[in-house]
Amino acid sequence: MRALRDRVGAAAPVFGVLLLLLVAIAVVNPSFLEPASLLAYLKRAAPLAILAVGQYFVIVSGEFDLSVGSLVTVQVVVAARLIDGDESATLPVIVLLVGLGLLVGLANGLITTRLHVPSFVTTLGMLLVLSGAVFLWTGGAPRGSLSQAFRVPGRQGIDIPGFGQVPWSALILIAVAAGAAVLMRSAWGHTLVATGDNDRAAVLAGVPVARVRTTAFVLSALAATVAAILLGGFAGVSAQVGEGLEFSAITAVVLGGVVLGGGRGSVLAALAGALVLEALFTLLNLLGVSGALESTVQGVIIIAAVAYAARRAGRRRRPPVPEPTPQPA
Amino acid sequence: MKRSTALATAAAGAVLLLAAACTSDVPPGGAAPTGAPGTSAPPAADQFFDQAEHDRQLALRDQTAQGPADQPWVQMLEPEMVDTAQYATQGPHNVCFSNASVDNPWRQVGWTTMQAEVDLHRDEIANFTALDAGASDDKQISDIQQLVGGDCDALIVSPNTTATLTPAVEAACGRLPVIVFDRGVDTDCPVTFIHPVGGYAFGATAAEFLAGEVGQGGKVLALRVLPGVDVLENRWAAAERIFAARGVDVVGVEFTENDTATAKSIVSDYLQREGQINGIWMDDGTAAVAALEAFEDAGQPRPAISGEDQQQFLEKWKAENLTAQAPTYPTFQWRTAVIAALQILRGEQVPREWILPQPVITSANLDQYLQPGLPPLHYALCGCREMPDFPARWGA
Repeated sequence: MRALRDRVGAAAPVFGVLLLLLVAIAVVNPSFLEPASLLAYLKRAAPLAILAVGQYFVIVSGEFDLSVGSLVTVQVVVAARLIDGDESATLPVIVLLVGLGLLVGLANGLITTRLHVPSFVTTLGMLLVLSGAVFLWTGGAPRGSLSQAFRVPGRQGIDIPGFGQVPWSALILIAVAAGAAVLMRSAWGHTLVATGDNDRAAVLAGVPVARVRTTAFVLSALAATVAAILLGGFAGVSAQVGEGLEFSAITAVVLGGVVLGGGRGSVLAALAGALVLEALFTLLNLLGVSGALESTVQGVIIIAAVAYAARRAGRRRRPPVPEPTPQPA
Repeated sequence: MKRSTALATAAAGAVLLLAAACTSDVPPGGAAPTGAPGTSAPPAADQFFDQAEHDRQLALRDQTAQGPADQPWVQMLEPEMVDTAQYATQGPHNVCFSNASVDNPWRQVGWTTMQAEVDLHRDEIANFTALDAGASDDKQISDIQQLVGGDCDALIVSPNTTATLTPAVEAACGRLPVIVFDRGVDTDCPVTFIHPVGGYAFGATAAEFLAGEVGQGGKVLALRVLPGVDVLENRWAAAERIFAARGVDVVGVEFTENDTATAKSIVSDYLQREGQINGIWMDDGTAAVAALEAFEDAGQPRPAISGEDQQQFLEKWKAENLTAQAPTYPTFQWRTAVIAALQILRGEQVPREWILPQPVITSANLDQYLQPGLPPLHYALCGCREMPDFPARWGA
């Protein structure tokens, strides 16, 4: 019973904030509450939400993945160059992208766990390697173009008469969320959290820590691949598509109450964090606040969330200091 | 709860540092960031408005340029020629180039074109030494010092920022002929400064077209890259005045930071809020296609739009018969810099301020500019179509 309350209790704030933001958007723009608008919002938020799910696995295991943004850019640029408008190339290229994602995730994971390079450094290095490689390959200007078929998941949906269009990206997001929730309830999910909470204890308890963490990196890179397919579909070829996404994903996860450093937080709350972030950007946009403020808002959120978590952690660790009681004179 | 606090704090700090670093993207169109792009509030428009320069640029649009019409990269507007006999030397020459960066497609296309131009003059240019500053002022200052200290006969500079690079350029001027192009410096010591008409002309042309299309009371959404960059601010400053004078309802002015997904989201939000938008004004055409797709995905008629000479926009324009216009900031100026260097080394006169024409693509002349098969982010006004290895060298 306490466990249940703990779980809901930790995640409750982010869902509350989400609700509050959606209401605020609806006040500014009443048409937002129509199904079509809400679905359009979900469609836009889906890539970031999927990235947040991937980032959650890594963060809850006690690590970071800073390479996802540049991986997204690489995937979109590679897809455009290889597909080059040829519809029949769509599926083979998607398979290749998944392979590339697996490879990057595996490299991140193995370098971190086997060579004991801090994941912060590993994935920062990977970010530089990937963005350098894509620049080298394209000379700064992406070539080729995406096929119509490639753009379907990110841009289109299923038309339901009388309701409107349900975007594919919203359906994909729901599938990813369900998969992640099931995974976190499985034995693997428990070992992942245990690894993040205290890896020494996890090792002593027989958890294959290195393998669990590597898998988390692979899942994050796969999430980035799915996000790349959705983003490429949503907005087309761009050399900037993934810029800064790693920070948005980390912000989303932190917003969801997941503790940086690992060991605590729910995947659905991380996903809700992404929805909050996207809603916040939508609200700022509707209020006419400059896009420049978005970075500032993200920064403030990260600092505030970490400070909050640190305070809570400190309070948990130390016994409360008793208030000095006035002595009777 | 183990090591998490220290780790998390370090991580958050680094994340912020990186986030800040990521926002200082130099915009296409070769603009020089003069403020702190992406971090400061939009400055007052007046800070970037110079009435005399505004009027001069708008008037220059109607001037006939001197020189061959089929080679706009050697044309010049209202030139005041300067004597360069003192720089005449026997070739072949060592020409050096300090480049701000190639960090966006506009600069990439320009750089490719410049190298092709150099290849056309292999009999006159023995060595072409180029250093890329990677958008760093510090590196460019040391690049210039290094080049000046070498055996360059002429130095071409495309400055990263205006004020910071000025002393380095001034120091170079004393040693060898200097050619500055694209962005300027605060000194008139270079032999020539090459640039197209300018930002006011760009913004005004687009705004006049849109005002004509949407009419009085028509709704226009302005999409800008980022605040605080002079040539981009000039584009908007000119447009803002025209919209106000013509009674156009500007429903919003938004920054896209050159991100197509952001641009598409912004346009979608505005479509929801406004119901209908008649025109899209852009200070840079990168996100034009994404903006149009937002209308398509919302099931709305495509608006009148001003973009730029970027391939994917021109292709969509042609395929879908858009109501569109593209004022340009031509990449062919990268050719002009090499041509000017050689003219100076031959002792031929060059304009002190080499103002290049700034052609406008309209539905009437679209076919003349659109060349199929080029990469989506190619810029049509490269002036490179007759050059050897076209289009393969430009990525086709």
